[in-house]
Amino acid sequence: MTDNVSKASDERGAQAPQVVESKHEGHSWTGEAPLFIYAVWYLAFLYIPVLFLPLFSFNDSIYVAFPLKGFTLQWYADMLENPALLQALENSVKVGGAVAIASTFLGIFAAKAMTRYHLPGKGPLTSFIMLPLVVPGIILGIALLVISNTVGVDLSLYTIALAHTLVAVPFAMLVLMSRLEGFDKSLEEASLDLGENAFQTFLRVTLPLAWPGILASVLLTFTISFDEFILAFFLAGNEVTLPIYIWSQLRFPNRLPMVLSLGACILVASFFIVTFSEVIRRRGVGTQSGSAI
Amino acid sequence: MARDDYISIRNTSKHFGSVKAVDNISFNIQQGEFFSLLGASGCGKTTLLRMLAGFEQPTLGNIYIDGQPQAGVPPHLRPVNMVFQSYAIFPHLNVHKNIAYGMRKSGLSKAEVDKKVDEMLELIKLPGYGKRGAHQLSGGQRQRIALARALIKQPKVLLLDEPLGALDKKLREQMQLELRALQRDVGITFVFVTHDQEEAMTMSDRIAVMSMGKVLQIDSPTRLYEVPKVKEVADFIGTINFFEGDIKGKEGNATIVATAGLGNVHSTASGDEAPTSGKTTVAIRPEKFNITFQQPNVANNVVEGVLQAAAYLGDRSHYYVKVNGREEPIAVASQNAQRQMQAVEADNQEKVWLTWDEDSVLLLNK
Repeated sequence: MTDNVSKASDERGAQAPQVVESKHEGHSWTGEAPLFIYAVWYLAFLYIPVLFLPLFSFNDSIYVAFPLKGFTLQWYADMLENPALLQALENSVKVGGAVAIASTFLGIFAAKAMTRYHLPGKGPLTSFIMLPLVVPGIILGIALLVISNTVGVDLSLYTIALAHTLVAVPFAMLVLMSRLEGFDKSLEEASLDLGENAFQTFLRVTLPLAWPGILASVLLTFTISFDEFILAFFLAGNEVTLPIYIWSQLRFPNRLPMVLSLGACILVASFFIVTFSEVIRRRGVGTQSGSAI
Repeated sequence: MARDDYISIRNTSKHFGSVKAVDNISFNIQQGEFFSLLGASGCGKTTLLRMLAGFEQPTLGNIYIDGQPQAGVPPHLRPVNMVFQSYAIFPHLNVHKNIAYGMRKSGLSKAEVDKKVDEMLELIKLPGYGKRGAHQLSGGQRQRIALARALIKQPKVLLLDEPLGALDKKLREQMQLELRALQRDVGITFVFVTHDQEEAMTMSDRIAVMSMGKVLQIDSPTRLYEVPKVKEVADFIGTINFFEGDIKGKEGNATIVATAGLGNVHSTASGDEAPTSGKTTVAIRPEKFNITFQQPNVANNVVEGVLQAAAYLGDRSHYYVKVNGREEPIAVASQNAQRQMQAVEADNQEKVWLTWDEDSVLLLNK
């Protein structure tokens, strides 16, 4: 038995260089090709519908249908001259910014506590904090609306921001926990050992090392708030956020191309934000692994 | 005047739940001493070190450093500094800022701190490295910078948590000697944690051998090796052969012990707590045996056996000799003082004789 195992591993060892070579030549039909085809289909399924947005946003027709009529920037111009849209955009940026800062601020302390201290009941507590992730948005929305009415809080951008913070904190915490777990705990101990108290250690060691995670958390939670619809729909007062504005415009067929161009803009902006946060995150990981050697 | 109880660990225990990581330990460490805590992983040595640093609080008992009780004192207020196993070099700071990290509250001007950092870089033989980033350093360099970062604080005690474990063998041996020289140079009390007995013996003035949260023996490296008090210490430090024995009586200075395997053994080794009657464990180190291929002309402390295995290691050879009355072969180490071109073959069941001195036979409590 043992002989067989060792022989098999010998053979694998002998063949290893060939496997590497075949990888350079391309995808072998037996191994990787089906996976490759699957990946292409998957990506097509995921992205082709989305790509219709920018495509039709440049189409010179109010009807979203083939064949394409001609190229125009009319819808983009309309968008910029629409004060209600710009106001909704401003509202969304305000709410998103507030949510990003608040949830990241709360998230980092929660993440620090979860990763660094011996807490009784840490497991159940973590699950409890993560709960908003699995509670359906519509239930949460109704619950918060009922509470707002009971307590007598007027619906406004503030109520939307509070609700968004509630769902964004778990995400912030997850991002920051993985960041804090990624660096050596003895770095913080070394700082304590060298005479800095807990707060100074947090400022001089934890924050600088966690900043890629903090930035990632800010961008992620901003994005979560920016495209959240259900909670905003329940909790909006007179001022609406962008998703609600877009929804309200769908009633008017002639406004649809403008919504498409708006969608295209959001798509491009999200793409850059996510790419940027990923670059930051990876750069952070790079310097970390360098220090671990 | 050096104090004998510069560090005083008094009836100290640390429990994690039901596990007694450190179990009622008491001993003193002298000022200026290079003191090692030696033991297998899980013996409590790191927990003890972390209690000295303040990262763990004793469940029971107290620790005194230079006469001051340390219970409840947080790490940043203790007169000790630590070199971490992972070195814990701050990755976001350069070498200069790493070394100067703990000087913020020293009350020194920036120019004075810069000067001290340069002095430390000289001391650790890395002059001109101040501007280097943390990720541009080798393992050995990190280790030195962690040392400089701690020593610049001029602590009363420097704690070292297996700081050489991550280095390769050559570099480790070099660092052992450098660390020892540095310690003599700066005169600071070092408490060094290691599981490597050779490392502990190379560097230490005294070693505490630990097991299961208890201290088995505290002694100089020489005495730990030559006069271990208990079987466990004898076994942990170096290699040793044990024989079950019965003490028969005295003949002059020598104690006579009847053993399984070596016959009647004469021992004049003086152990502090060596038994004088009843059952005992006879312990003899491999290098204390003389191996000959002709029958020697001695009356006592000789046994005939059969060579079962031999290993040539260059500077010395190891032999494994099977004797009557003992299952396990006896391990024998012999220095190859003469040039030896012919390998000793163990295949042909050659007859050999082992002899040993009366004072190299240790008698241990069962």
